[in-house]
Amino acid sequence: MTVVLLFEQLLNGLQLGIMLFLMAAGLTLVFGIMNLINLAHGSLYMVGAYLAAAFMQWTGSYIWGVLLALPATMAVGIVTEVVVLRSLYARDHLDQVLATFGLILFFNEAVRLIWGPQPQFIDLPEFLSGQIEIIPGSPYPSFRLGIILVGLATAAFLYVLVTHTRIGMRIRAGASDRVMAGALGIDIRLLFTLVFGLGAVLAGLAGMMAAPIVSVQSGMGEEILILTFVVIVIGGIGSIRGAFLAAILIGVIDTMGRAFLPQLLETFLERGAAHTAGSTIAAMLTYLLMAVVLFFRPQGLFPPRSR
Amino acid sequence: MKPDPKPVKAPSSATVQSARTTAIQIVFGFLAVMPLLALALDEPFYLTLFGRVMVYAIAALSLDLILGYGGMVSFGHAAFLGVGAYTVGILSFHGIESAFLQWPAALLFSALAAVLIGYVSLRTSGVYFIMITLAFAQMFFYFFTSLEVYGGDDGLTIWKLSSFGGLISLDDNLTLYYVIFTALGGCLYLSHRLVNSHFGRVLQGIKSNETRMRAIGYPTMRYKLLAFTISGTMCGLAGVLLANQSEFVAPSYLAWHRSGELIVMVLLGGMGTLFGPVMGAIAFMLLAHFLADLTIYWPVIFGPFLIAVVLFGRGGLHGLIGRMGGKGG
Amino acid sequence: MAEPLLRIDGLTKRFGGLIACDAVSLDIAPGEIHAVIGPNGAGKTTLVAQLGGALRPDEGSVVFEGRDITRATPEERSRRGIARSFQITSVFAGFSALDNVALAVQAHAGHSFRFWRSVAGDAELEDPALAALERIGLGDRAGDPAGDLSHGERRQLELAMALVTEPRLLLLDEPTAGMGREDSDRMIALLDALKGERTMLLVEHDMDAVFALADRITVMTYGKVIATDTPAAIRANEAVRAAYLGTDEVA
Repeated sequence: MTVVLLFEQLLNGLQLGIMLFLMAAGLTLVFGIMNLINLAHGSLYMVGAYLAAAFMQWTGSYIWGVLLALPATMAVGIVTEVVVLRSLYARDHLDQVLATFGLILFFNEAVRLIWGPQPQFIDLPEFLSGQIEIIPGSPYPSFRLGIILVGLATAAFLYVLVTHTRIGMRIRAGASDRVMAGALGIDIRLLFTLVFGLGAVLAGLAGMMAAPIVSVQSGMGEEILILTFVVIVIGGIGSIRGAFLAAILIGVIDTMGRAFLPQLLETFLERGAAHTAGSTIAAMLTYLLMAVVLFFRPQGLFPPRSR
Repeated sequence: MKPDPKPVKAPSSATVQSARTTAIQIVFGFLAVMPLLALALDEPFYLTLFGRVMVYAIAALSLDLILGYGGMVSFGHAAFLGVGAYTVGILSFHGIESAFLQWPAALLFSALAAVLIGYVSLRTSGVYFIMITLAFAQMFFYFFTSLEVYGGDDGLTIWKLSSFGGLISLDDNLTLYYVIFTALGGCLYLSHRLVNSHFGRVLQGIKSNETRMRAIGYPTMRYKLLAFTISGTMCGLAGVLLANQSEFVAPSYLAWHRSGELIVMVLLGGMGTLFGPVMGAIAFMLLAHFLADLTIYWPVIFGPFLIAVVLFGRGGLHGLIGRMGGKGG
Repeated sequence: MAEPLLRIDGLTKRFGGLIACDAVSLDIAPGEIHAVIGPNGAGKTTLVAQLGGALRPDEGSVVFEGRDITRATPEERSRRGIARSFQITSVFAGFSALDNVALAVQAHAGHSFRFWRSVAGDAELEDPALAALERIGLGDRAGDPAGDLSHGERRQLELAMALVTEPRLLLLDEPTAGMGREDSDRMIALLDALKGERTMLLVEHDMDAVFALADRITVMTYGKVIATDTPAAIRANEAVRAAYLGTDEVA
């Protein structure tokens, strides 16, 4: 286990964490503000990836593909909100789970219907497909580095948006007290739609950035969605700061566990057993962490200060 | 004046009740003679299909015990299906085929899994509970996926089904069908006793108003944990039957879609009723089966249908039959 | 004075910067009706919530019958003999009135890990439940779903649920809240009939009710106790008048 390898895995963990944050930020806002549990958030991740692939094929450029896919994903999100989700805000969580489960079935099948069952692939432009030596002797894919930078920039943007702008103030007012926000003359309906659109863009962005690394296919948003739930639960529902910290935590722990746990166990166990036990535990690690956190802090590690 | 000692449920007129009773009799009668029908139509596949339907009916019923009667929205119930099924598969893999060992072991492991999951999850409520049960199920999913010895991702074929030492043989499809049928009947009867017992009343009280239940002196956590465990064990039985019926176990049994589908069945049939989940399972499985015949893209129809049920349906099929039986509307 | 049934000592609860309950100390003697009054936001409901176990105090102690129950859960307190009614009516809406009360009987009739026999028709639960309903004047509504009862009737039902557990202390959080004159008079009569039989801590806004029922009155403002005394002395207390009782409010 060299320092270089450790550093590389740390960056990989950070990159997964960033993806999780982009997913979690939207999900936690939508839950914190609209009190809506949206299982179909992973579908927006998938739709974002598919749209980026389609626009890339059309324009021949990944960058243009992403730039066009962002507003398109937002539009899909807003249409979904207006047609289906809006009617669910007043319903109980069970109804929300069921209806958004229906949405997942619909989206998974819709992309298969439009783009066919085979996975879509995305070619990276040349300047992103190389490697960069951040520390000498350890080349790191520049695209993954790009994901980290874009993600951090987005997090900074969100922070400024929520804490330092009028719209952010409205979002926070809406989150803490819907009735009061209404009394302040804030159009709650429009606000909800905008917040949902914002969440959709963030999820879509995560999908678009994942697209060149993973294969773009039906159902691709589900694994990350459940990991996002873990992030939100650990971070504390409704807290963007908590979502950020928990996302990085989960990203790093998950990646490190998979990379090093089997080797680590070899110090106690014989090789074969260590490998099996290591990968088994690594696969369950984030969920175990969640169970432990919940056992001691049912409200999560960083619950929002006022709710 | 002596009051009518009518329990719990909102009052429903006698005609509504009788419509429901009739529906129950029809469905059970149909399930009982189903094999004859399959034989007459020379469609042995129906035997498998309805066997599968009844297995899921047991699983949905077990979920309804905590969801409909206890107000606990478990989004990870497929975990118990998987634990039950994998116990059978793994024991069979190691040459332990006796049902008298396999089945109790499967129920025991399901119960243990339920105690474990319940003990942590029930400390939370609402949306946290939904997400945590989901995450726990996912943990079990990855656990079984990582067991390379038992097929990992690909699953494990069960070459030798549970053996009852020559008493009956599950290799015979007809026998297996009636074993499942009996299990379903048994689970329904047990559940009927349970929800109408002192324990069942407490459970429904907790669903209605947990704060109040604690204030009048119930240590609600214990009751919820026990209900969760009973439910998980019953779902484990469904897993045992599923393993024998499919002659195969795979991590996909624990996939989160499966947990979602169980919730769909309960709501489709009408939650908080015993027969609702059974009807929900039948409706769901048959609808999926026939829509899949229609187009391979059937979820594109089924998804919006589900949304429509949530937005416009009231009380599921159970409520519908009640309304049809009751007055004009 | 005899050994108090309930002794509250230095009870303090903070919500962020706000001190909702500030070093509250008071004793409740066996058999008395002790009213707690004060303007909105004085911390009365916070006090009751801490006594019932729904809120955990930051400081101070609660001793009931010589036992420290400061950290006890609501269910433990109920088992020890403290019953509570809620400010916002809290019944099991889908259950019949009889079943609501029977459920309270059942809570104190040993454990409920009984899985086989039907609970409906269990005379050991339903007879005392019906008796309690009749005493409270709801005998003829026993079979009706609690959700169909009027607001006043639901509050009476809550009282029946509390009484049937044979509590040694009743915590009543605004039992006449939201009631019309007629319902409220009936509730006051009910509580008056229980006087001497049950010890009560009564939080109430209705001054008629308080002065009609209470043996002693504690006045709270801004989370603090400013006086505890007999009704007559409270009426005459200058500090209380200044802080809370407008001259026209003391009838």
